[in-house]
Parts: sequence; C-alpha cells; structure tokens
Amino acid sequence: MPVVTPGSTDEVAEVMRDAAARKLTVVPTGRGTKLGWGLPVDPDLHVDLSGMGKVLDHQAGDLIVDVQAGVRLSDLQQTVGAAEQRLLVDETVPGATIGGTVATNASGPRRLVAGTARDLLIGVTVVRADGVVARAGGRVVKNVAGYDLGKLMVGSFGTLAVVTEAVFRLHPVPEARRWVGVDVDTAERAHDVTHAVVHSQLVPAAVEVEWPAEGGGTVVVEIAGRSEGVARRVRDLEEILGGATVADVEPATWSSYPWTSGSTGLKLTCVLSGLRDVLTVAREVGAHVRGSSGAGVLYAALEDADAVPGALARLREVCARHEGTVVVVDAPSEVKRAVDVWGPIPALDLMRRVKQQFDPDHRLSPGRFVGGL
Amino acid sequence: MTAAAIDPVAARARALLPPDAVITDPARLRTYECDGLAHYRVVPALVVIPEDSGQLAAVVRACAEHGVPFVARGSGTGLSGGALPHAEGVLVVTSRMRAISAVRADDQRAVVEPGVINLDVTKAATPGGYYYAPDPSSQQICSIGGNVAENSGGAHCLKYGFTTNHVLAADFVTAQGDTVRIGTAAPDSPGYDLLGAVIGSEGTLGVVTSVTLRLVRLPEEVRTMLVGFDSTDHAGAAVSAIIAAGIVPAAIEMMDALAIEAAEEAVHCHYPDGAGAVLVIELDGPAVEVEAEYVEVERLCREAGAFEQRVATDAVDRALIWKGRKSAFAAVGRISPDYIVQDGVIPRTALPEVLAAIAELSRSSGVRVANVFHAGDGNLHPLVLFDESHEGEGDAAEEVSGAILDLCIAHGGSITGEHGVGADKARYLPRMYDEADLDTMQLVRCAFDPQSIANPGKVFPTPRLCGEVPGRRSGVHPAQEAGLAEVF
Repeated sequence: MPVVTPGSTDEVAEVMRDAAARKLTVVPTGRGTKLGWGLPVDPDLHVDLSGMGKVLDHQAGDLIVDVQAGVRLSDLQQTVGAAEQRLLVDETVPGATIGGTVATNASGPRRLVAGTARDLLIGVTVVRADGVVARAGGRVVKNVAGYDLGKLMVGSFGTLAVVTEAVFRLHPVPEARRWVGVDVDTAERAHDVTHAVVHSQLVPAAVEVEWPAEGGGTVVVEIAGRSEGVARRVRDLEEILGGATVADVEPATWSSYPWTSGSTGLKLTCVLSGLRDVLTVAREVGAHVRGSSGAGVLYAALEDADAVPGALARLREVCARHEGTVVVVDAPSEVKRAVDVWGPIPALDLMRRVKQQFDPDHRLSPGRFVGGL
Repeated sequence: MTAAAIDPVAARARALLPPDAVITDPARLRTYECDGLAHYRVVPALVVIPEDSGQLAAVVRACAEHGVPFVARGSGTGLSGGALPHAEGVLVVTSRMRAISAVRADDQRAVVEPGVINLDVTKAATPGGYYYAPDPSSQQICSIGGNVAENSGGAHCLKYGFTTNHVLAADFVTAQGDTVRIGTAAPDSPGYDLLGAVIGSEGTLGVVTSVTLRLVRLPEEVRTMLVGFDSTDHAGAAVSAIIAAGIVPAAIEMMDALAIEAAEEAVHCHYPDGAGAVLVIELDGPAVEVEAEYVEVERLCREAGAFEQRVATDAVDRALIWKGRKSAFAAVGRISPDYIVQDGVIPRTALPEVLAAIAELSRSSGVRVANVFHAGDGNLHPLVLFDESHEGEGDAAEEVSGAILDLCIAHGGSITGEHGVGADKARYLPRMYDEADLDTMQLVRCAFDPQSIANPGKVFPTPRLCGEVPGRRSGVHPAQEAGLAEVF
C-alpha cells in the first residue's frame, strides 16, 4: 500500500491536492494504533503523519500547547510535564498520537473532570480533501469567533479533513494522587458505589469500574489535589465506601481497554441511573467490562465471535433504554462484516450533508464511519 | 424574495398559533427591533412566539418553503446583535417555551426548553444538590436557547468550561423545518459532533427546541476574596502567580480604577479605597482543598503587593463582592452617558502589555476606557466611554474599540470570548481568519442551511455560495437572486 510521509502542513496540502487531481482515496494515519477501529477501509494512499511529531509551542503561563498531529501523546505529556502541566487526555493505546486521539475521540479515566479531547481542543489546522488549508479556533481558551470546526473533527475518524496541527488547553499536575479501590460482587453494588462517589462533594478525578465476565469486580476512585486535601478526602471516601484499599500508584489496568487482539471491543454509554442494568446485561452476555462508570462510558470485551451479534443486540437494547449507544470499536473483520458496527445514528442525514460539503467525492477514509461515510 | 413572501408565512403562523402569538402590528413589531446591542435596530416583518416545538418547526418550514429569513431570539440580552431581526424576515421568539421538562440529579442532567432562564435551571437543581455551571452575568434574564446560540461563558468558565461543555443533546429544528435529535443524554454520541457545530453558531444553523444539560454537583465550600492592589500590573502579577502555582480558581475577575469608581457610584459595593485594581477570586471544592488553596492564594496576593484582602464567608458577603463586578457594565452609565462594551481575548500572559497599550490608546485619543475582565482566561471587557451629544466622540470611541480588537488579534487572541460575532463584529472576522478558513467554516453553513435563511448576515461578512462550482456559472447567481448578496 502506498504511503506518503509529509513533514509539514504545506506538504500535506500538496499531497492532498495531488490525490484530488488523481481521484485517490486517502486514509490519514498516525502511528496506526487504532487503524482497525471503525469499518475496514482499503485506500489508494495512506498519509502518514508520524513525520509531523513536534511539540511546536508550549506556553506554560497560558496553559496551552500547540502540537503537530503526529506527535505521540506520551511525548506531549513529557514536554508539558516539565512545567508540572498535563493534557487531561489518557493514552489508552501505547504509542497513540494526537491526530489519532482526536480522530477517534479516545478517552480514559481522566475524562470525568474535563471531558475528552473534544473539550480541550481550542484550535485546529486541517487540510481539506481538496488540499485547502484551513484553521479554526486559536491559541486562547475562551473564543467564540466563527464556527468551532475542531468539534466536527474530533471523533470524525479521518472522514472530513486531515488534522495537521492542534492547540490544547492544559491543566496543572496535581500535587498528590491516590487510588481508592473497593470490591464489588454485584452489578447493584458497582452501581451504588459509583453513585455514592459521584454524588458526594469529594470531587473525584476518576471513577473506574472493572467488571469481569465472571466473579467479582472493583470500583477504583482517583482522588487528586493538594497533599493535605487528598489525605483528608481519602479518609472521607473510605468512610463512605467502607473496606476500601488505598494505593499510591494507578491500578495496572488503568487507562487500558479490556479487549485483546482477536476479541471484540465495544464502547457502551448510558446515563448514570442505567449503570446497574448495563452491567447486569453485560454479565449475562459474557462481556468483560472496564471503564469510566462515573461518566457513563464503558468498554466491553467479547471473546466468542459467534456470540457477538446476539450480545450486541441485547447491549444495544439496554444502553438505548438508558439514553446511550453501543459501538463496535475493534473486532476481527469477519465480526465487523456480520454486525452493524456503528448502530442506529439519529440525524444521519445532516451528517451526510456535512460530509458532502467537506469531501464531496468521498475520498477521505471512505466507508469507515457511520452510515457508510 | 419579495416583501409579499412574508404573507404566506404569516398566514401559516396564524393558522397554527394562538392569535396573540403572531404579531404584525407595526407598533408591537417595533418592541422587538433590537437585542442587548441597542444601537442596531431593524423592525422585523413578522414576530411569532410559538408555544412548542411543533409550532416552531412549522413556522421555520414555512420560511424555508417561501425563502423567508428567520432569526431566533431568546431573552434578547445578546451583546453582539445576534438576535437583530431581518427586515423581511420572521423573528421567532422562544419566550413561551419555558418548561423545565426534567431535573434528574441521579443522572446529572436537566432537560429544558430554549426559553428557560439560565438561573432557573440552577434554582430547579439546587434542592437536589446540583447546579448548572455556565453563568453569564445576565444569568437572571438570559435564556438557555440564547446560551446555546452564543456558547455563553461566564465568570466561572475558567474552571468549569462553556455552554458547549455542558450540553449533551438537543432537539433541533433544521433550516428546512425538520426536527431531529442530535447527541444523546449519555456522553460521546457516535457520528459527527453536530451539537459541537451548532453551539456557538449564533442561530445560523437552526434552532434548538429542547436541550439536555449537564448538571454539576454543588461544591462543599465556596470562598470568595476581594483583593485590592495599587495597579493592574500588580493585580496581573498575582493572577500569574496563582496560575503558576497550579491553582485553578473557580473565577478570577479584575476591575481597574475607573471600573471600580463606576461600580462604587452605582451599587456602593465598598471596594478598597484608592485601589488601582481589584481582583475577585473565588475558590470552590472540597473544604479541605479550598482551605489549602486559600492560604496559598492569600500569600501570593500579598507577595504581589496586595494592600487589602477581604474574604466572604457567607452568601451575603459573597453577593456584595460579586455585586460590584456583575453590575460593572451597567454601572459605567453613572460615569458616562454612552459606552461601548467590548469583548476580546488575549493570552493571559500578554495582559500587562495589552493593558499598557490600551492605556496608551486612551491617552492619545482622549477616550476613557474602563477595564473589567475575566483575568484567569484573558477575556477583556474594556468599556469605552463617550458622550453621543458631543460631536465626534462616538466615532472616536468606535475607533478605540476597534483598535482594542486589533491588539487582541496581534497578540494571538480573539475578537470575541463570549458575546459572539453577531451583526456587530462580522466585519472583523476576516482580520482573524483568512479566506480559506472562513470558506471552510461556511461549508458547515451550506450543509445545514443551503438557502442561507437562518439568521443571514450574522457572523460571516459575506455568504458562501453553497454548491458553487467555480467557472461553471451562468445567469443570475441563486444567492444574488435570493437577495442574499449583491456582489461577490
């Protein structure tokens, strides 16, 4: 498969103009860690952005960072970490780049407080399918001038434009962090623990559930802040939960997905009152669940490929009942062919019209996204 | 479009809406001629006040069928003329759609109609231990629909984010009059983030008729400080030190001497005597964290030269501190017959430099400028003072106001942090974005509203020609024929 590795936004524009002239289909890639997500696509050309891996500017005093799309999330964190700052986006797949994180809106435990890349992206540079370079947003956190194109790019799976540069809002690294874990032997208990924590005034930094296909699970709460504050809040939390264990390192599975290569990975969402039901059905269909129970965003792994269609239908029913959705994130291609990967999408007609405007010839990651976009 | 195009729309509205919800009487139409930016005035051809989403959608559909522009309006408090009516169009007022359909603390969600007043969401959620975080200064009167259109912020968005970070889903009436659901009450609804595009689009993509909001748990402790400094430089140094210490206060607001003088005259807020600048700093969260942060903030302010620090410990004290700040815009009316409220953003670290430049502008032009701003995120609200009755003062004030925006752009900032582009700043947008940027933004407009009937003339200085194929045009251009533009 032909791959080009441009080194700048201008070079990406040149590649895209050339691809447009030759009517080539294009998939923008970073390190390729999530290329298997969405529906399979076999383009004429991969535009590999790993050659654009620089942190362009870190303004510590303004709590912003300007990066090229191919930069590794871990490299970004290392750079801004020198000033005791961080981008509140987790590296859920080792080696992930900013571009891929934006394209998939991948998120981990830290989403509870500040949301996802969607909420932290304040400026974006893109190259359109026709090779035109455009910018939106800027380098200030507060800005309502013009349309927020960055929002449209986040989670668009490379189907609208090629993101080449991004500016993010940063947060300070907390002085202290602790992880308070409690065993949960029923879905009911996982639900109750999550609710007790999120409805408290302790301001948890993360509330994560681990709910295996069988046996008991855990709920782990991250408390972050000033040392004396964290110590006191951890004690308060132990009191609320009873019988908790406190660790000063993240759990081993923190910020990772429950699936492995060959199994089927799902993303489930629901409103918080639906947690109990979703976890119950997940157990019934043999799914291993891990995720941000405090935010209503869970990931599930199914090992038995043959059971995926039936399990998916039941999970979609329960998540829809609780105002959420189920997406098949990562799965063997035969599984993806056998099921509806994205599920029912409201307002699909409007999404088609957006795609039509940005990429009228459907050359950007064709067929990878919702509704065959 | 002809003037008569409004007639079938009015007829449709009369058939569907109660008689008092369809206004064509010129005297009554005139009461809607402006929003919060009162020097722009246009009398609409028709005003409708639908009671539900069905009526609203039907009116929009009639507009689409007859090519009639429509402008949505909530409480009409906007400061950029975003809800300025169209002379040949319909003003769709949402003030009768004020149902708070659900408050579900368990889910941290509320579902409201667009006419619901911002503060009423918090009032409804507070008994359950929650509140709605975005708090524009006009929150006692501004509507959620208007907040969605403008992506409203407020003093506390430094820590909690803007409207766009607090809206999960909406029922949305497209510019064709179709009602679609965008987003889900759960996070991360799959597909393009249409809601992210709609929020802050200033009514140019369609109208929301129901909005699902995120509620935030009330903090255990809130501590509000009023700190007096000799100068804005010292106050600015304190802000930088606080941010550098890794503290994210709920709010950090600054007022300069002239703004303090105005607030003092208007509401007698008893700010420190002789202060060249005050900071209003609010810390919130778990009590133990607030205490630790307070100790540090107090020290940092002292080290930066604060000569007086007061702490509000109860709601009454806190309200008094905020009263001076929140009344600042109206208060300058006490010291100047006329004024322009500017809204620009700079990187926070550029604050001293930009304030010095504003002072120099003021000195060289003789135009007084009072400064009020959200110091934590660099959002400036210079109040440019003038007296309309003195010839030339209005123009001089306009010039200074525009020069301040140029300063913001030159420092890598924005021409608007929260008031929107609207009718007022469309001409400035090309100073911030180049032609390709604006063209790309308008691809979104073309996707949502190819007829360009949703709030036309706002945000973008010139409309894009939707579906245009360069070099293959013949005859009168459709946009020109539709009266949307004359020259491209």
